Amino acid sequence: MAGQGTTTDAAPADTGRHAYLKNGEARRPRIGPGLRTFLIFAVLVGLGALIFPSSYFYRVGTLVWINTLAVTGIVVLLGYVGLVSLGHAGFFAIGAYATAILPSYGIPSPLAMLAGVGMAGGLALIVGRPILKLSGYYLAIATLGLGMLIWMVLSKEAWLTGGPDGMVVSGMNARNLFKLVGLKLKSAEAWYWVAGFAAATGAAIAVNLARSPSGRALRAIHDSDVAARSLGVDVARAKSRAFVISAIYAAVAGALLALANGYITPETGGFMHSVEMVTMAVLGGATSVFGALVGALILTALPQVLTVFADYEHMVLGGIMVVTMIAMRRGLVPFIADLWNRRKS
Amino acid sequence: MSLEIDGIGIAFGGIKAVDDVSFTAKPGEVTSIIGPNGAGKTTLFNLVSGVYTASAGRVRIDGQDVTGLPAHALARRGMARTFQNLQVFPQMSALDNVMTGCHMQEKSNLLADLLGLGSARRETQKSRASAMAALARAGLAELAHRPASEMSYGQLKRLEIARALVTGCTILLLDEPAAGCNAVETREVDDLIHAIAAEGKTVVLIEHDMRMVMRISSHIVVLDQGRKIAEGGPEEIRQNPHVIAAYLGAHGAAEAEAAAHA
Ligand SMILES: Nc1ncnc2c1ncn2[C@@H]1O[C@H](COP(=O)(O)OP(=O)(O)OP(=O)(O)O)[C@@H](O)[C@H]1O
Ligand SMILES: [Mg+2]
Repeated sequence: MAGQGTTTDAAPADTGRHAYLKNGEARRPRIGPGLRTFLIFAVLVGLGALIFPSSYFYRVGTLVWINTLAVTGIVVLLGYVGLVSLGHAGFFAIGAYATAILPSYGIPSPLAMLAGVGMAGGLALIVGRPILKLSGYYLAIATLGLGMLIWMVLSKEAWLTGGPDGMVVSGMNARNLFKLVGLKLKSAEAWYWVAGFAAATGAAIAVNLARSPSGRALRAIHDSDVAARSLGVDVARAKSRAFVISAIYAAVAGALLALANGYITPETGGFMHSVEMVTMAVLGGATSVFGALVGALILTALPQVLTVFADYEHMVLGGIMVVTMIAMRRGLVPFIADLWNRRKS
Repeated sequence: MSLEIDGIGIAFGGIKAVDDVSFTAKPGEVTSIIGPNGAGKTTLFNLVSGVYTASAGRVRIDGQDVTGLPAHALARRGMARTFQNLQVFPQMSALDNVMTGCHMQEKSNLLADLLGLGSARRETQKSRASAMAALARAGLAELAHRPASEMSYGQLKRLEIARALVTGCTILLLDEPAAGCNAVETREVDDLIHAIAAEGKTVVLIEHDMRMVMRISSHIVVLDQGRKIAEGGPEEIRQNPHVIAAYLGAHGAAEAEAAAHA
């Protein structure tokens, strides 16, 4: 599975090679790296809207951005710190189900989302401390167990969650947001823009983090936790923070999916979904938010194009994982960036 | 600040890797730990810096008991170290490696870091400036933007010294800093260590290069099979028959002698 071995030689996010090729002072970009990432994502969101011919495309596009957001959380955890979680679908589902369930108790959708995100973050904080003492595949197994527990609760507590059949999500529609400013969009289009905005914001935040004091500490743990400790980094605390941050990414993505889809099943919290998230990160390149985007794009769009994918999902995911590990351990984005740099020099 | 080691020890599977070792390292001085391979020198560092938990003995900083504190807490008390088996951050540039050493001085909070607020960027700017200064001091200024994975062994040794220095440490543990360095580089490392001690820091040095040890140490502790077999000034140690028998041998003694007259 995606163990410590999936980690790469590239610096996270856009501290990429070009940043230190030049001798002397680093080039100072005129706009900050976070804002730059946001703008790049915004352009891509806009490009999608320009070329999409139908609502169906908007719906797939929405899924791509929601998955990008969830996988960005995996990038923080796996790419920055080097921790594998096979239970993040659990956090995703907590966000989704809170958004689905709470409105029927009179709580408005935005608050329900917030509650779901808070619950996922809180749970990550509580279970993170003991679980994160483990490393490598022990951690993978422990998070897998956590994910399964959440999935079981969702499947069994039918009175609350609708059980294995899932439940209809009623509540906020993104169209109304756009109506406020006088824009008339179809529902699918409105959710596409909201999801794109969320993914862009999430990416910008992850990039800011990588470049910040806290982010350097996380990346230090990735490379040598003995050295990180010797420099005063409280490793347990830093790991716990990264775990909570990544759980929050997953929960926000889950909440958005619930609202955009209008329907959810326990499978959003299933083991396969956890594996899918990690596969997306590893395929695209777990050290960069652009890796998250590329991985999410490929593995979300592919099943739409190739219907066989749906039937052999397990095999295809496994196959992709194996091929990635053998041919380009660091994932597509760093792999292509390397080819590009080599051609130039 | 002075570092007092009092009867410290640890055993691995019944073998006492470090056994009842005591000594004091004083500020402004270089205290060297020497001894044959496997004598327990690195293990001693691991005990003192909180990587291992001692099964016996105490560690004090300026009289304050710090035994059993975790490594990051010791770092906050002013202890920094380098590693014999290099513990650099290979995915980072040299500059980022050293900037990570500024962690304890950086005062931004997580929220500011996530949102990329001015405070986070200012802290990063400050860290960059002090990291550049430390790199220059270690003779690595030109390599600041080089990925650590592309640097030579000797350069990485000095990178670790720079990274330890920016922590603002008062106690510095150096595990074979001159290993893998050529004669010129060794001389530079030698001067650097001398200058660090002259600033008033407490330097503890593990080193096999006897010329270097004899030249810059005020005080030398000799370990053999986990036990301290001698302690004293360079002159004393050079002539100690136990030390010659256990470690220096004829060759080492001659080398040390040559250093003394150099
Ligand atoms: N974690 C460990 N587990 C088991 N044995 C250990 C461990 N760490 C050190 N040892 C043993 O303790 C002894 C001392 O090792 P140490 O690395 O401290 O020696 P050293 O004096 O630093 O040697 P060198 O000059 O080669 O660096 C060795 O026999 C080593 O095998
Ligand atoms: Mg050693």
